[in-house]
Amino acid sequence: MSKYDVVIGLEVHVQVRTDSKMFCSCPNRFGQEPNTMVCPVCMGLPGVMPYPNREAVRKTVMAGLMCGCEIAKFSKFDRKSYFYPDMPKNYQISQYDLPLCGKGKLHVCGKGFSGAELPDKSIGITRIHLEEDVGKLNHFAGYSGIDFNRAGVPLMEIVSEPDMSSADEAYAYLTSLKQIMQYADISDCDMEKGQMRCDVNISLKLAGAKEFGTKVEIKNLNSFRSAHRSIEHEIIRQAEVLDAGGKITQETRGWTDDRGETYLLRSKESAHDYRYFPEPDLLPMTFSDEDIAKIKSQLPELPEQKRERFVATLGLTPYDAQVLTLDKTLSDYFDEGAKLAKSPKMLANWIITELLRELNDRNIPFENNPVPVSHLVELVELVSGGTITGKSAKEVFSELFAGGKTPKQIVSEKGLVQISDDSAIEKFVITAIEQNPTQVKQYKEGKTAVMQFFVGQVMKQSKGKANPQIVNKLLREKLDQC
Amino acid sequence: MSISVENLTIHESASLLADKKISSVELCKAYVDRARKLEPKIKAFLKLNEEEIFSQAKASDERRVSGKSLSPYDGVPVAIKDNITVKGQSCTCASKILEGLNSPYDATVIKKLKEKGFVLYGRTNMDEFAMGSSCENSSFQKTANPWDTNCVPGGSSGGSAASVAAGEVTAALGSDTGGSIRQPASLCGVVGFKPTYGRISRYGLIAFASSLDQIGPITRDVEDAAILTDAMYGRDSMDATSLPSTNESFAEGLGSLKDLKGVRIGLPKECFEVEGLDAGVRKIMDKSIQVFKDLGAEMVQVSLPHSKYAVATYYVIATAEASANLARFDGIRYGKRVKTDGLLETYLETRGAGFGDEVKRRIILGTFVLSSGYYDAYYTKGQKVRTLIRKDFQEAYRKCDVVLTPVSPTTAFKFNEKSDPLQMYLADIFTISTNLAGICGISVPADVHENGLPVGIQLVGPDMGEKQLLRISHIFERNRPRKEFIPGI
Amino acid sequence: MEKKIIDVKYVAALARLELDEDKEQRLQKEMETILNYVNSLSELDVSGIEPTAHAVQMTNVLRNDVSSSTFPRDVMLANAPETVGGELIKVPAVIPGEEES
Repeated sequence: MSKYDVVIGLEVHVQVRTDSKMFCSCPNRFGQEPNTMVCPVCMGLPGVMPYPNREAVRKTVMAGLMCGCEIAKFSKFDRKSYFYPDMPKNYQISQYDLPLCGKGKLHVCGKGFSGAELPDKSIGITRIHLEEDVGKLNHFAGYSGIDFNRAGVPLMEIVSEPDMSSADEAYAYLTSLKQIMQYADISDCDMEKGQMRCDVNISLKLAGAKEFGTKVEIKNLNSFRSAHRSIEHEIIRQAEVLDAGGKITQETRGWTDDRGETYLLRSKESAHDYRYFPEPDLLPMTFSDEDIAKIKSQLPELPEQKRERFVATLGLTPYDAQVLTLDKTLSDYFDEGAKLAKSPKMLANWIITELLRELNDRNIPFENNPVPVSHLVELVELVSGGTITGKSAKEVFSELFAGGKTPKQIVSEKGLVQISDDSAIEKFVITAIEQNPTQVKQYKEGKTAVMQFFVGQVMKQSKGKANPQIVNKLLREKLDQC
Repeated sequence: MSISVENLTIHESASLLADKKISSVELCKAYVDRARKLEPKIKAFLKLNEEEIFSQAKASDERRVSGKSLSPYDGVPVAIKDNITVKGQSCTCASKILEGLNSPYDATVIKKLKEKGFVLYGRTNMDEFAMGSSCENSSFQKTANPWDTNCVPGGSSGGSAASVAAGEVTAALGSDTGGSIRQPASLCGVVGFKPTYGRISRYGLIAFASSLDQIGPITRDVEDAAILTDAMYGRDSMDATSLPSTNESFAEGLGSLKDLKGVRIGLPKECFEVEGLDAGVRKIMDKSIQVFKDLGAEMVQVSLPHSKYAVATYYVIATAEASANLARFDGIRYGKRVKTDGLLETYLETRGAGFGDEVKRRIILGTFVLSSGYYDAYYTKGQKVRTLIRKDFQEAYRKCDVVLTPVSPTTAFKFNEKSDPLQMYLADIFTISTNLAGICGISVPADVHENGLPVGIQLVGPDMGEKQLLRISHIFERNRPRKEFIPGI
Repeated sequence: MEKKIIDVKYVAALARLELDEDKEQRLQKEMETILNYVNSLSELDVSGIEPTAHAVQMTNVLRNDVSSSTFPRDVMLANAPETVGGELIKVPAVIPGEEES
């Protein structure tokens, strides 16, 4: 693959979370009965007029600020004309030459989806603009049905520069974008609910060549993983064509997860003529420096700032910080816990190695995490303070998932308090030695590894509650005495 | 019923209703009787639902009896042009493609008229989607000019103008994009008023050219026009382009001018140089100028140098906007769908069958001027010339208070006389600039031509200048009352 | 053969207007006449002139983000030529992913 440079640009659509739709007061809600969230305006009845949603504009500007975009001092809406049944007016109110947000960038780094290290890199953003979403088409045998609930929902379009050169970078970009949207409460970016959609533009050129190759568009991607897989597949496909001396035709391709391949949707011989012109029913938007400063002051702490803070003031490693800031609810969870915990680093470890793993194994998304952070902090303290062993802690942790009880309650109910009394442990040690003369002989012969066996025996007797350090110390003493 | 209703104005009706000399039911019945008699010849109405009319009139009478009238005009009938939505009524815009549509909502102006108790009286004929200057482009019927039924009433609000002129109703609503209220008003010998763009809400007006359209009254006198404008204008939370309310009443103090001393009336030299301006119309203009002079007004020569580009500019901008506004008429969600097996065919055949020739012409022209490669040369250019036209008026208003021009170069022409589309477009030459500049204009009857047909004059006022415009019109009307030259009054 | 200013067949297709050959030819002629007239605009020097994109001079006319009750479904679908079970608007089969311009 190093024969070719891969050039990838992403076009991402994000639904803005607002109470009402973009140009009418219908509720902006997902999952409702078809055609129950509609009115004459969003159904394009004759004589209706649009009226823009102030909050959608504000959130779009916020998104732009979070990506370091220039905010337009003067912006307007335009009509984008094309005929399609999910378009109530057969034109979409969008933005053409004066979008709300101009050039910006997103930073990617760390580990890629494939596991490889990502180069520390800035992906350019060309623009962010605001438009209205279209209805939903349901396909049946021989006919289709249209549901206009989604028509008119505010939609942000984020266009990246063709700065990405691998599937990993694209995945990281999408993740970064999602983080930002969640952090600013702009969108949950749940791809399954259609809140975030992604189109990929990808082309190959000979390594080092100046001119870009012919680009292919990939649509109908319903997850970040699909985006990743489709890019990797498309790179191979295009390389094979070029290697064989063929030419890439400009086309739009779809992706099927089942077959793991892209397929032709349509050739793009000619570009669509959208006949953009300024929307005469809507007036332009202007932003003064004060307006922008005000919105800026409403920005939440960005993921990157959070990560820096976690590392600098809470003693986390960059990897810890990366994992904990993937999701806003998760980072809030940790932040809250860090206030209560004696050792934020230990808490972070527990969250990463135990909590997230457990949630993953049980297929529970973080938002449904049943363990309150105060419980986890308490558990961590019980371990670090020596009240229970690490092994017992794992037992307590499973119980926490059932919910209801605090770690202290579980420990006391199950009698898991660590045995740290020397004389009690001594009794176990002596019993273990007396019961296993063969292993004592082996130890004496120099097989120090057999120590583990004795530790196991003591743990068995103590039901895992004996303090491991004391066990080891006393075993060594007693065995040496034999 | 001894009261003759055919020339009754809104304000006269209000007095009669208040004095209990007539009831709303009686008033409406008199009009309905006239309509029944005259409609076979005039065909101004696409729909005249007597049941709906009388139920409103009855409710009005009941309110009046219990002292709960909604306004002094509660019970006065107003006809509605068929491109303004009324909940529960059809709204075809005189087009086949909207046959069967029943509107689920009221236009804002309709809400406002209902709040004042006006009786909504039928739906009037028009050129299809307001595209035309003769009402001949209606897909359903041809409306005749009440003065000469071989002639057109003008357009696109031909039905509204004819119904008022013929005395089939007290007043009517029309819409004006390039002169569609003022021109038919002039051709039918009634008053037609287009306020400043944004004054009256467009929510519920089926859009033709969004940056040019305005709803306005067609009435028998200037006071009625002021009354209806008062009832309808103001900021609307459903129309982002509607102007903030100025809390003024246009009817108040309408007759307060005793003369026109100190008032400067601008005469644009380009208007009087127009080639097709009929000599008889010219004579009437001169007579009207004399009326103004006699009232003490100063006539000032002004220039609107870009007038000659107004029609071309209009046909670029209006058709561009229309091509997008009419894209939604595809038979998918409402209206008449031609059922086929394929989606593309559904669009093509529904629109092919549903739209008339003039509409198709304008959609094609509009689509073309917006299309790739032509946008700058046509659309952007057109918008820039529009700026120049606005500036012309701004300059003129430094020297004068209102501008005086003819409304139409000729009197009402015969059916099929203007078969060449371009000829028809040029009929709007005097009215179009007002829409492009977004300012207010009114057509007031001035005289009857030697050929027996009425001629109106046009007064054009600056942005937001309705008050003065209406007062000047009113004093002209007082000195040139309709009954002096219109038979039957 | 004079170069056509406009290709009516192409534009009609863009606008989804079906035209039979007769109409198409007639329209082609009419459009040429009208466009010749409109081309008088090319005489004007408009350098330095701003286009009038909006008829009203206001800006930032926005609405507060408050949802209100919608129209009942049966009212909104009452005018639909065909529905799917009274819930969706029915149209001839649309190929998924196909976008038309």
